Amino acid sequence: MVKLTIDNKPVEVAEGTTILKAARQAGINIPTLCYFELAGMKFENKPGGCRVCVVEVEGRRNLAPACATDVMEGMVVHTNSPRVINARRTVVELILSDHPNDCLQCEKSGDCELQALAVKLGIREIPFKGEQSTYKTDTTLSVYRDMNKCVMCRRCETMCNKIQSAGALSGVNRGFQAVVSPAFEQPLGESSCINCGQCVQVCPVGALTLVDNIGDVMKALADPKKTVVVQTAPAVRVALGEEFGMEPGTIVTGNMAAALRRMGFDYVFDTDWSADLTIMEEGTELLHRVGKVLNGEKAVLPQFTSCCPAWIAFAEKNFPDLLDNLSTAKSPQQMFGAACKNYFAQKIGVKREDMVVVSVMPCLAKKSEVARDEFKVNGDPDVNFSISTRELAHMIKQFNIDINDLPEENFDSPLGESTGAAVIFGATGGVMEAALRTAYEVQTKKTLPRIDFEEVRGLDGVKTATIDFEGLPVKVAVCYGLANARAMMEEVRGGNPRGFHFIEVMACPGGCIGGAGQPYHHGNSDIIRKRMEATYREDAGKPIRKSHENPDIIAIYKEYYGEPCSHLSHEQLHTTYFDRSKKIEAE
Amino acid sequence: MTKVKSLAELKAMREKLQNSLDVREKSEHPESLVQVKVAMATCGIAAGAKQVMEHMMEKAEALKIPCVFTQTGCMGYCHAEPTIEVRVPGRDPLVFGHVDNNRADEILEKYVQNNELVEGIIPVNYEVIDK
Amino acid sequence: MAKYKLHVLVCGGTGCKSSNSLQIIENFKSLIAKNNLQDDVQVIKTGCFGFCEQGPIVKIMPDNTFYTRVKPEDVERIVNEHLIKGRKVPDLLYTNPENKEHVSDSKHMDFYKKQIRIALRNCGFIDPENIDECISRGGYEALGKCLSEMTPEQVIAEMKASGLRGRGGAGFPTGLKWELCAKNKADQKYVICNADEGDPGAFMDRSILEGDPNSVIEAMAICGYAIGATKGLIYIRAEYPLAIDRLKIAIRQAREYGLLGEDILGSGFNFDIELRYGAGAFVCGEETALIHSMEGMRGEPTLKPPFPAVSGYMGKPSNVNNVETFANVPVIITKGAEWFNKIGTEKSKGTKVFALAGQINNVGLIEVPMGITLREIIYEIGGGIKGGRKFKAVQTGGPSGGCLTEKHLDTPIDYESLMAAGSMMGSGGMVVMDETSCMVAIAKFYLEFTCEESCGKCTPCRVGNKRMCEILDKITKGNGTMKDLEDLRNLAAVIKDTALCGLGQTSPNPVLSTMDNFMDEYIEHVQDKKCRAGVCKSLMSYVIDKEVCIGCGKCAKGCPADAITKTEYIAPGHKLPSMVINSEKCIKCGACISGCKFGAISVK
Repeated sequence: MVKLTIDNKPVEVAEGTTILKAARQAGINIPTLCYFELAGMKFENKPGGCRVCVVEVEGRRNLAPACATDVMEGMVVHTNSPRVINARRTVVELILSDHPNDCLQCEKSGDCELQALAVKLGIREIPFKGEQSTYKTDTTLSVYRDMNKCVMCRRCETMCNKIQSAGALSGVNRGFQAVVSPAFEQPLGESSCINCGQCVQVCPVGALTLVDNIGDVMKALADPKKTVVVQTAPAVRVALGEEFGMEPGTIVTGNMAAALRRMGFDYVFDTDWSADLTIMEEGTELLHRVGKVLNGEKAVLPQFTSCCPAWIAFAEKNFPDLLDNLSTAKSPQQMFGAACKNYFAQKIGVKREDMVVVSVMPCLAKKSEVARDEFKVNGDPDVNFSISTRELAHMIKQFNIDINDLPEENFDSPLGESTGAAVIFGATGGVMEAALRTAYEVQTKKTLPRIDFEEVRGLDGVKTATIDFEGLPVKVAVCYGLANARAMMEEVRGGNPRGFHFIEVMACPGGCIGGAGQPYHHGNSDIIRKRMEATYREDAGKPIRKSHENPDIIAIYKEYYGEPCSHLSHEQLHTTYFDRSKKIEAE
Repeated sequence: MTKVKSLAELKAMREKLQNSLDVREKSEHPESLVQVKVAMATCGIAAGAKQVMEHMMEKAEALKIPCVFTQTGCMGYCHAEPTIEVRVPGRDPLVFGHVDNNRADEILEKYVQNNELVEGIIPVNYEVIDK
Repeated sequence: MAKYKLHVLVCGGTGCKSSNSLQIIENFKSLIAKNNLQDDVQVIKTGCFGFCEQGPIVKIMPDNTFYTRVKPEDVERIVNEHLIKGRKVPDLLYTNPENKEHVSDSKHMDFYKKQIRIALRNCGFIDPENIDECISRGGYEALGKCLSEMTPEQVIAEMKASGLRGRGGAGFPTGLKWELCAKNKADQKYVICNADEGDPGAFMDRSILEGDPNSVIEAMAICGYAIGATKGLIYIRAEYPLAIDRLKIAIRQAREYGLLGEDILGSGFNFDIELRYGAGAFVCGEETALIHSMEGMRGEPTLKPPFPAVSGYMGKPSNVNNVETFANVPVIITKGAEWFNKIGTEKSKGTKVFALAGQINNVGLIEVPMGITLREIIYEIGGGIKGGRKFKAVQTGGPSGGCLTEKHLDTPIDYESLMAAGSMMGSGGMVVMDETSCMVAIAKFYLEFTCEESCGKCTPCRVGNKRMCEILDKITKGNGTMKDLEDLRNLAAVIKDTALCGLGQTSPNPVLSTMDNFMDEYIEHVQDKKCRAGVCKSLMSYVIDKEVCIGCGKCAKGCPADAITKTEYIAPGHKLPSMVINSEKCIKCGACISGCKFGAISVK
């Protein structure tokens, strides 16, 4: 242990603790900007670049960045001396001197860490006038970039390279011209970007924001000719409440359904329903592959999940040789779209082109997924628009609704009923657990002795387990963060030495609950943890917890698809993948 | 090239190579060495100065006298060519005339090594400019 | 082996090379062959002599004749007169600027008199492309001594005792640096040579690599032995093609002799060196940025700790020293720490190489003992101010340093004294300024450099320096206010206090030191809108003396802005009306002044 003094307070912390963390332990909150940590999730951005957190250390020539300076025995630290306050203020003024002060229109307003800092320091004018950065704005289908707002915190870069290993963003140019950009300043959409959107989730300012589709949805709602159907993803219901002042981890499923109905959606359905459908298709596909191998036939294993569109894009761009390992099952969003525009539209007698399907997702990559050509029929997408949890919150607020005041309502039928297995899709390991619940019972024809697969739960980046299917050991792995997925893919490319059968991959930290479209967590991993707890709480409270027991799912197979992996379900619920690596190599 | 296998070999190699840099090494600190200037103008060359200089260089090496030889222009004693100026550290420079191989040997053996006078000294009648 | 009577040394450094010294060498060779002198005369292409002002340099040994500004066509005269007849060619000799006398012998040149050459010991003396010449000067014997007579601990102890400090600028004790790296156990360690010389005007590292590459190679091997590394990397900027070539040749020759590679000198010690090229970013001289650049990452500094001694190249313990530091090492080992220790001041031992530039007679590269005064350097070695003008300031330490004035002239130079005077040693740039230099413009010049070269990682350096630059620009354009001066000081203090790396922390020094020493000039710019040195164009106005002007109209014809017109005033004794400059239209190009034969136009 190391003893030191911070602002005249004696503090005792473990060796290797930074001044910033030592101060927090002592209840002293040193302002930061570039520093970002998801505690316990192996993500730390600590470039020491913004210099907002500088503190005075007695005996040291210059000020020390608290975020990156380790404590030393007997250290005397001042976080609020006139020298520190002047330096901190000047640094923030300098950042603001090259920042468009358009807070009123900025997507990030109210959620902006720079704005909060300026408020905290009481900045009233910026003494330095001079050149302002003028970068062209740039957009993909998911991410909007306005680098004039970039403060060079490098969080996006660390996220993109260290956590996602996508390698799309890095610092370029020198001095005042330095900025984070794709290589050669090409548009992000032409880079190796996979639209996971995590750069947006960690951006402290409005430099990286989502592509806003609220307008599209409003227009559809206002069109009397359109039947507007909405589906909401599992992770949305455990996070939306945060935007309305509720504690993280509050479950707002019923209030959300009520709000959507009041906003004018004709049918309020649930992606959880199609998550159960996904388990039927994907689980059956897995059992087929395993069965073939057991029969001595050839089949590609391990099978990877295919729910996460950022992961799919990543695999297509980086591992074109392993695309056969991906489950051909569409993601729940797209299964819903296909079922809705085929089965349901027919059922209610609405023409496909008169139906608008909107999805509410914790995700930004879903915005790119809906635009894939494979998911369109004669140019008409199965899912028309995908909006994020944050956009839904903004819309609800525009409709002058506070979900705190609403009664809890149920989803509509027949695409609204779901099981606990679908609920847990939102958390890392959830798809695996849901699949195991069904696959076990289908394979062994026995009832599960225990329904909770604790071994695939939790916030570890990579989890592995061997599940005993009555004498058949099924080896599974679960990971989030595409750098972890990359390691897994390389292992598979190298011959799958650990003999995995099934691997779940989610791009975002903690799975969809930590998605890029979720309310900003600002680096507080407790928020993600609480969303996860809520997810499993919701699962535990569900009367039915296995996908194959969902009565609406059983019904649709009986009525429409026949059986999982039937010819029709292959047509509507499965897809193909493309080698998209060439573009990267050419650059 | 063959590899050098020890410090001793390296040092031996240096000894061998040093010869070639001798001229430069010595001119770094000529004041500590015997300086011999050979008048090498047309008259000197015609009188055999070049050959005498070569002979003298060999002799000095054989006697292990640290010498630095330079050629210089006409010293004005055309009647007494070849002429050389010899400057031994601590002594005034002397100019010798009519230097042939024998006298060159004498100069080195008697004057330089033993400070004995040798025939052929020409009295200095000018000031040296490049102090 | 033929024994040459005469050695003709021709500088093959970058400076002299660009003045055609290779043609000089060719001419020598062909004329020597023509006159059948090839057995008597040896022509050697050497590294830099340092006296670049007077290049190309030809030195003839053993009589130490120092020919300056030699042109290829001069070679014939040197051969005919000097090599054949033994007569020096007087008009090619160096001329003492004070008494206009020819100096025939480099021993007697003021430029060399006060120098002590340790790092530059072989520069301009040997053929850098021939390892034999290096060996005959004792090259690699220090390495041999380390390997066969000393333990790594003894080598480090010797380095520590010598008091050698990093010559790259910061002056960290070299022996201590080695010791810190030696302490860390690892399967692989690296010795890194920082040859990313970037200070404007500094070229000592280039000259050492061009003139004596083996000294650096030998020192790196010694360092490797001391710290337990078997791999050396030289990070050299790609803009130094000649230095790169010479290094490659030297490395190849050293490998052939087994002085690099496996089992060096039969000791069992293995060491080899690879080159890594930099793109010439100034910030890559900072050791962590340099390491990132070598790893293929963006060249920007990261926080220390961890120090490279703990986690450097590829995460392995690495020791980074600069070229000049390494060049000192073999001499210290050979002659002993005690010998080295006697040179210099109490805290700064040995010598320092400076690149002398600016308004000074003898521009060039000099190596002087620590503790020498600026006066000795400027007036004795440097030969005083050009054109006999008045000394104003000397800028040391490049963009990280500051300006020193008259009152510092007699301060003995070492790391501490320069720091105390508001400047720093830096890598050894020394720019002398006279009354024609505007100190505000000088501060702006250096800051513009830092702005360009900042990596942009930390706020104070990325935005702060830009804002300082903008304020200085405002002042030089005559739009400054007294508040600007206040802001400038605050910004400078905050940047110094908060920037991430050495580049940022020292970038305000040129501003702070000029503000400390020449505040009156700043105030003049702000309040009187005047630049006394006549450098800041916006503050100048061109005026025609109507009494002197004869009205010829030449100035009007030459004015690109049509700013000059006729008046109605005819001065007594003149026939034509005088001209006048419309200051609104004038772009201050100066064309009128250089065109006026009557001296009627002046700048105010």
